[in-house]
Amino acid sequence: MAQIRIENVRKDFGSFNAVKSSTFTIEDGEFFMLLGPSGCGKTTTLRMMAGLELPTSGEIYIDGEEVGQKPASQRDIAFVFQMFALYPHMNVGRNISYPLLCQGMPKAQVRKKVGEIAEILGITKILKKPVSGLSGGDRQRVALGRAIVRDPKAFFMDEPLGALDAEFREHMSEELRALHDRMNATTVYVTHDQLEAMQMGDKIVVMNHGSVEQFGVPQEIYEWPATKFVAQFIGSPCMNFLEFKGKVAGGQASVQLDNAVFKIPELLDGASGDLTFGVRPEHVHLDDAGSYRGKVVATEYLGTTQIITLDTPNGQIKAREASLKNVAVGEQTGLRFDARTVTIFDASTGRALRSHANQGVLTHG
Amino acid sequence: MSFSATEPTRGTKWFAGIAVVLYAIITLIPLLWIVATGFKSPADSISYPPVVVFEPSLEGYVNLFTARTRATEDMLEAAGPAVTWYDKITRNRGTIISGPSRYGERFMNSIIIGFGSTLLCMILGTAAAYAFSRFKVPLKDDLLFFILSTRMMPPIAVAIPIFLMFRNLGLNDTHLGMILLYTAVNLSLSVWLLKGFIDEIPIEYEEAALIDGYTRFQAFYKVVLPQAATGIASTAIFCLIFAWNEYAFAVLLTSGTAQTAPPFIPTIIGTSGKDWPAVAAGATIFLVPVMVFTILLRKHLLRGITFGAVRK
Repeated sequence: MAQIRIENVRKDFGSFNAVKSSTFTIEDGEFFMLLGPSGCGKTTTLRMMAGLELPTSGEIYIDGEEVGQKPASQRDIAFVFQMFALYPHMNVGRNISYPLLCQGMPKAQVRKKVGEIAEILGITKILKKPVSGLSGGDRQRVALGRAIVRDPKAFFMDEPLGALDAEFREHMSEELRALHDRMNATTVYVTHDQLEAMQMGDKIVVMNHGSVEQFGVPQEIYEWPATKFVAQFIGSPCMNFLEFKGKVAGGQASVQLDNAVFKIPELLDGASGDLTFGVRPEHVHLDDAGSYRGKVVATEYLGTTQIITLDTPNGQIKAREASLKNVAVGEQTGLRFDARTVTIFDASTGRALRSHANQGVLTHG
Repeated sequence: MSFSATEPTRGTKWFAGIAVVLYAIITLIPLLWIVATGFKSPADSISYPPVVVFEPSLEGYVNLFTARTRATEDMLEAAGPAVTWYDKITRNRGTIISGPSRYGERFMNSIIIGFGSTLLCMILGTAAAYAFSRFKVPLKDDLLFFILSTRMMPPIAVAIPIFLMFRNLGLNDTHLGMILLYTAVNLSLSVWLLKGFIDEIPIEYEEAALIDGYTRFQAFYKVVLPQAATGIASTAIFCLIFAWNEYAFAVLLTSGTAQTAPPFIPTIIGTSGKDWPAVAAGATIFLVPVMVFTILLRKHLLRGITFGAVRK
């Protein structure tokens, strides 16, 4: 198993710049998520690590060795494809044994090893079957089997659950995480599903338009987004943005929205012009005592909680409240925000202003 | 009673079945006629109205494979009584067999040139199609169009230049020359067909093989080729049928050593009167290899024709 380091990696396809100078480190044994919308360069980044694309510039270190320009076959890594890419002309057992046969491992040893892996994945019964008749879940297991059978330095997975139906994804994601914890293998996992990323990942890189927006553990990224993009991409519903004009300075610990003054974590940076007051829906509270007023536009019942959409003087926001709370559409209500959790963004750059609360997260990322 | 939009009704199925059978009969009649004529006596073969029921005779086949001379009394005496069944047939006509005919050689030439060019065409075509399908080739679209455009002109338009070129290169009337020529003509078809088949094979299979530690060539050989077998088989059938049936170039460029069966068969007519049974016998035997080849690969052919029609 190995640490993977990406330094200033860039990829151009003709005149199109797919990945802009990315730098991050994946620690040994980490379950690492590459998260972003489609076309953000996450798959290209993964394929560069795997050697299926060669970077235009920059270095990739696997286990301390620079492999940027080496072909995939020399990197000793395993890749799980979205559509599994099981060899259709071979049966399950042969698919799993194929990487070992390439290494010239003796037949008896291969058989033993394939048996062990099949045992781990619970596919012993289907070893002799052709892959064409398998269910999505079994194909996924065979693909995993082919990946883990030769103890590679790292596992790369490109949306491996994308081809499964919703019900099975849940189950498979648990299985995958359990497998990772058991093998303790460095795993890089590409997904566009923020829930999947938060649920399974030890660390997440959020990418957009070919560049890394933020890099960190799920809690940090959720609570202290570095950019408006991350704030919007992560969380469902996403972070609320209250747009306002004004000026903030380092040391300031409150801002004025409409006629109300809200406490915020003490700022370290200053900015002026178009600013954004960011707060997560669960930190928005309906409180009649509040002087900042909103009008309820809609409510969505989600079982334990409900999502309330409100019109405010600074734009529409959503609040997550317990579903017991009685809220009627059209109602006017006061609003209160958890001061501890607010992030102020410079709307022109989209970046979060550093405060006492988020500086730890933003400086290392 | 329920109706389904996709499932044909009983009536439609019957109608379709009858239409197919009728079509098969219509296309098979000339073929059956040729096969039947091969077993007729010369008199039956030209009788009018044509006879459908006749006494079968192997005279056509004997005449096809032998050269005969009109026998004089001395010759018959010298040869002694007819021993074999084919001797008897020729003696009845007052001739004796003077040796084998050239049909055997011509047939072998057809086999060598037809299968040789098909094999070469498959090797080159698969390699080219793989490159066009997977790699960035400069001016790819123009090259592909250029390759296809060689199909657009009638072969006879280039026959004279090829004839002159072959004469200068010493390729006239050689097996190599004909193999190269048929390969060149067929390559456009095979590159285009095979590119279509290889495009259909997801690139992830090769990538998986690359990751598993195989080289690019091993990935091609062990993963792409087995996947493309269907396409290669059906393309090979098309190439073989073309090379096998080709007549114009064969007439022009071959006369002795490398002459194939198609230009030879018509010459049978002239050698000893209008020997239709021998011509029909030659045509019948000529059909067999392509038929066997096509039957062997027919599963692939069927799948090949509909391949890629539906995204799986």
